[in-house]
Amino acid sequence: MIETLLQNLDTLLLYLFAACALIGALLMLILPQPMRVALALISTMVFLGGVYGLLGVHFIAAFQVLIYVGAVMVFMVYAIMLLDVRDPAYTRSYSKLVVPGVAAGLLFFGALAYGLWNALPDASGPTGATTGASFGLQQFAVAFLNEYWLHFELTSVLLVAAVVAALAVIKVSAAKGAQSPMGTPGRAASGTDTSRRDRG
Amino acid sequence: MDKTQVLLALAVALFAIGLVGVIVRRNVLVMLMCMELMLNGVNLSLVTFAHQAASNVGAVLVFLVFVVAAAEISIAIPIVLLLVRNKRTLDLSAYTDLKG
Repeated sequence: MIETLLQNLDTLLLYLFAACALIGALLMLILPQPMRVALALISTMVFLGGVYGLLGVHFIAAFQVLIYVGAVMVFMVYAIMLLDVRDPAYTRSYSKLVVPGVAAGLLFFGALAYGLWNALPDASGPTGATTGASFGLQQFAVAFLNEYWLHFELTSVLLVAAVVAALAVIKVSAAKGAQSPMGTPGRAASGTDTSRRDRG
Repeated sequence: MDKTQVLLALAVALFAIGLVGVIVRRNVLVMLMCMELMLNGVNLSLVTFAHQAASNVGAVLVFLVFVVAAAEISIAIPIVLLLVRNKRTLDLSAYTDLKG
């Protein structure tokens, strides 16, 4: 009993992590406050990292936790904490498109799952899930720098472009804020309105 | 049911939930997070296929998706902050004049 459980422990953990990730994703739709949505998304990402680790791609699990949870979601949580909590968007959380949106989502899920279900047996067939030969970081790094070096360089260009764009956005907002008589946000908003009217 | 099938179903479900969240929710930050969830679903499908085929092309693609997600969020958050500064709300129905 215990031995069979231990033999199938990784599969059981995989299903457990998958179920927890799905529950976190569903909570994202239900919870009203953005901070709780962020925490649900963080838990989903951590469980997905566990799934990646159980699949044998440990470096992607580490990247998932480091980049997604450690950088992207921390940034998102900071942005949530910067903004006003008494916003009406925090209490009325759903738009008018709830019923058609959920229907479209279910339809999309059904269509995609049906297509995958029909396509998968041909693709997986004899090899499915038995290959398991996990590829390590060394193979990944060699392939990355030998075959995909152009993409690697392009990602650095993309990151530089993103940083420059973020600085440009901040600079535009600072210039607009300087036009208003005081630095307060409300006056700044009215200042942008008048400048827009002048330009129009 | 196969492990691969379960993981692919989870990936499709995550993508669909993210899509529903983008359509249904009206808070801009929550919509951004739902987009991140869609990216996570795609990543899971890439990793599953890479594991099934025992190749590392999928892992390389996952790494590129990580970078694209980081770049996307680094430009999306300042834009959201600017929008909130203009309209004083995160509610998407206040931005209907962006339709042009």
